[in-house]
Amino acid sequence: MAGQPSRIKPPLGPDNAWWWEMAAEDKLGIQRCRGCKTLRHPPQPMCGECRSLEWDAVEASGRGTICSFTVLTHPQFPGYDYPLVIVLVDLEEGTRVTSQLVQCDPQEVDFGLPVEMVIHTDPDGFKLPVFRLTGATA
Amino acid sequence: MTFSLKDQAAIAGIGVTPFSKSSGVSELSLAAQCVVAACDDAGISPGDIDGLVSYTLDHNEEVDVARAVGARDLTFFSRVHYGGGAAVGTILQAVMAVASGQAENVVCYRAMNGRSGKRMGQGVSGQIITSSYIHYSWYMAYGMLVPGSWIAMIANKYMHEYGVTREDLGRVAISQRNYAQQNPRAYGYGKPLDMETYLASDPIASPLCLYDFCQETDGGCAILVTSADRARSLQRKPAIIRGVSQASTRGQEEMTSFYREELTSLPEMQLAGERAYAMAGLGPDDIDAACLYDAFTSEVIMQLESFGFCGPGEGKDMVRDGALDRDGRLPNNTHGGLISEAYIHGMNNIAEGVRLVRGESTGQPDKAVEHVLVSSGVGVPTGALILGRD
Repeated sequence: MAGQPSRIKPPLGPDNAWWWEMAAEDKLGIQRCRGCKTLRHPPQPMCGECRSLEWDAVEASGRGTICSFTVLTHPQFPGYDYPLVIVLVDLEEGTRVTSQLVQCDPQEVDFGLPVEMVIHTDPDGFKLPVFRLTGATA
Repeated sequence: MTFSLKDQAAIAGIGVTPFSKSSGVSELSLAAQCVVAACDDAGISPGDIDGLVSYTLDHNEEVDVARAVGARDLTFFSRVHYGGGAAVGTILQAVMAVASGQAENVVCYRAMNGRSGKRMGQGVSGQIITSSYIHYSWYMAYGMLVPGSWIAMIANKYMHEYGVTREDLGRVAISQRNYAQQNPRAYGYGKPLDMETYLASDPIASPLCLYDFCQETDGGCAILVTSADRARSLQRKPAIIRGVSQASTRGQEEMTSFYREELTSLPEMQLAGERAYAMAGLGPDDIDAACLYDAFTSEVIMQLESFGFCGPGEGKDMVRDGALDRDGRLPNNTHGGLISEAYIHGMNNIAEGVRLVRGESTGQPDKAVEHVLVSSGVGVPTGALILGRD
């Protein structure tokens, strides 16, 4: 990708690759313990509740509300668009995820606003789940 | 004062994973499995673990292992260097921790994909996927690459919840810059700051702007610690260590503890404070001055609550009352702190605590200073230190 700076890609290991593979299929995943059915994020190899190593994943609805946010303006790194609106989203399933808010004037972002997940695709084809204000259109 | 470690501690359980040439799982999974196996052997719940010790060469961070096994709050965590020579050293750390009351259940671990992953004899052999690398990747992929971005997320929530304003952050920055005017060592010496300038500064990571950030500094700082008796025989007035602690609490991540139910306090700082107070037999009312870790202004206000100087959400009121200033309730960072003296990663705040106890600070309050509270980093596993006048 010479001449086309891109975002820093996550390393893909046994504990997290599946989440990014779901993203590549346009899905937002949540890890679920097979033992006690507890949902957890970020993914872990073991359930902190019952210590089971067995887990699967559910697909999130993508609906949630903004728990907190920050608008990043400096420093600016290649591969990201600024001002960069980063959000913590409380998903309706009960877990929380760190992501980006798109299609939104940075002045409009606020606590408690409803958001919905959309898949962002980089020029190099890399996909990641991001969010927009519910009802916003591209 | 010293005491014997004899008969103070014991090994209560051992645990191993299967041994192979290719585990097929992450090193973090191996660590979690052997830690739980040792707990099972001893007959305790992994939820009772409150201390972890490993090697500096181990790729599995203590907080990642703690989250993986559902450990409770950690009050002791340590690393021992020098490769395999660390083995017995990790036990010694655990024994000292137990004998001195820092922790009750300390698990020492070493977990590695020593063949399929990083092979000890080959040096670097490709990209190693550590738990720390995975941890930060959740943020790097989205562009949260620097400490300001991580701290801003918590600061924004805290300020929203309690009505803390930009002016309140400015009051912290200006108070410390005022102290720096008396301190020739300080970056801020001869560079006063007013509210108008503060409020006009460039945004970095909302709600944090330029003057909310600490300095970047070339420099060093060292602290000599010895026995109190020996210190009394030396040249300077001793700063007695009344209480000292480490703490990490449930759900802790390194800089990004975003997944706790409540984001508007610093539970690890609160625990560090509670333990330091308990060790010293002191409370917030006994603290005359402080050096609260100040990589960012918002952290200072939050810590006033963590250490019990006021209730939740009342930190801003203390700041508005001038509590941090020289004639206030809790003169704080009287050298200028990391924001206006220098950023030596908090070591220079400890040095200032010693000066305050000696009565030698350039920002020395007029009142008598019996006890000073000094804290370690915010947003990370941290610690608290209470220094007292002899």
